[in-house]
Amino acid sequence: MSTLVVESPGLLTTVQDLGRMGYGALGVSPSGAADTVAMRLGNLLVGNPTGAAVLEMTLLGGRFLFPQGAVVALAGADFGASLDGRAAEMWTPHVVEPGMKLVLGATNNYARCYLAVAGGIRVAPLLGSAATHLMSGLGGFQGRALRKGDVLELGARRKRIEPKKVSQAVLLHLKPRKKLRVTDGPQSELFSQEAKQMFFGRTFRVSEESDRLGMRLEGARIPVDGAAEMITEGVTLGAVQITPSGHPIVLGVEQQTTGGYPKIANVIGADLHRLGQLRPRDEIRFERTSLAVARSLWIEQQRLLNNPAQLFV
Amino acid sequence: MNFRAASDQAVLVYLGNEIGLAAHERVLKLLQSLEKKPPKWLRNVQPAYCSLLVTFDTSQADHEGVEDALREYEARSETMRVGKRKTVEIPVCYDEEFGPDLHDVASFHRLTPARVVQLHCGQAYHAYFLGFAPGFAYLGDLPNEIATPRRESPRRQVPAGSVGIAGRQTAVYPYSTPGGWRLLGRTPVRMFRGGRKPGPLISIGDAVQFRAISRNEYYQLEKA
Repeated sequence: MSTLVVESPGLLTTVQDLGRMGYGALGVSPSGAADTVAMRLGNLLVGNPTGAAVLEMTLLGGRFLFPQGAVVALAGADFGASLDGRAAEMWTPHVVEPGMKLVLGATNNYARCYLAVAGGIRVAPLLGSAATHLMSGLGGFQGRALRKGDVLELGARRKRIEPKKVSQAVLLHLKPRKKLRVTDGPQSELFSQEAKQMFFGRTFRVSEESDRLGMRLEGARIPVDGAAEMITEGVTLGAVQITPSGHPIVLGVEQQTTGGYPKIANVIGADLHRLGQLRPRDEIRFERTSLAVARSLWIEQQRLLNNPAQLFV
Repeated sequence: MNFRAASDQAVLVYLGNEIGLAAHERVLKLLQSLEKKPPKWLRNVQPAYCSLLVTFDTSQADHEGVEDALREYEARSETMRVGKRKTVEIPVCYDEEFGPDLHDVASFHRLTPARVVQLHCGQAYHAYFLGFAPGFAYLGDLPNEIATPRRESPRRQVPAGSVGIAGRQTAVYPYSTPGGWRLLGRTPVRMFRGGRKPGPLISIGDAVQFRAISRNEYYQLEKA
């Protein structure tokens, strides 16, 4: 059986997939890759089903040894990867000969880089998913971030892997941006006109205290007067909560499943992968859009991702 | 029944506007009817006190279609009976070491700590929903005599198993997380089981009874 040996894990590297959807009644949030678009493309490049388990690296990548060899692809942020000492291009599959090492460094652009391996990373699924949920220590590899010396099993490769590359047009279309599109949140109408003008007019800075659970934003304080106390209710990925101090928190993939802060907006589905690529100190803005536009953008994105002929050159 | 779009992929269904068993029974019934015959666009349901957050597959349905369907599910669920629920007993050690806020809560209400413990264990609670973290059950309603607001500044780390109160709610923290509830004690029992048959100890709608135990018993149960 093939393995991957962690010689150095990087800053925060976890096993992720598309997450475990449908267990809200148990208090379990989906978790999964923060940028599922990059993750899916990475899997397609190595001939995997889009939902196969991958490694998600954060800001600083690791060093991985493949004693039996493998076929790998890197997607998402560019962590300056090299394979056996030679630069390894992003968005294309690489054949790793037995004993070769893949070495990644600090990010050159965004927050998360995905390492997809042909056959996928093999871990025991929990509630149907390989995703790591760090807070509860559930799922993934022993419910935790990878450490030096961990040995991960790889699934069997199914087919010959065709050389291909994700097309430039697709990369441009899906490129992370610093402007996130949002629809109104369920408590939008409780916020004053002034609060909304501030929210849509100002630039916010991603705080250092941001993680997979949520992203704290610094900058203007949004007044919450009309929207202070509410009964705890379910909250969604990408919800923009305004805390009593006026600072927004955008919920991430490992989000709490319920909350009692009012929500002024929600990042649209087609921009969630962009949310997952934001780094501390990045500056972002919000742009309001309608449910109908958000829906058509989502459908367009899914169509693109489900159409290999359009994705690769 | 009211709707509000939560996002481009989710709708909030409100079945009341106050915390109580009446609204919650409607929540349970709608949840039950959705679980019994899930519509093909359904991706997740997150129940709460008087609402359900319904996440759907946007390529299969839009808000209007989902809301229409949910109205039908709710109409059908009216005649349904809520399935039988279990009673869960949770052993709690209320020692000062485990319940750092017990004395503050007691003096806030001019009660003895022993009386606070007696009141906390003196009734069964209704599990309204699981939220926040896996296995975190929101239990209510706490007797008015010990209803206490949250701490002004939340703790950065609340130890796993801590039993807290906030307003008229009480709960067990399944994991070590930040938290603002006032801590009365700690249980050695695990609130969420991983492994091959994963699931929470307490399910939505269950009755939960706390039982006071000694430090010795706590450590014995912890080892077991």
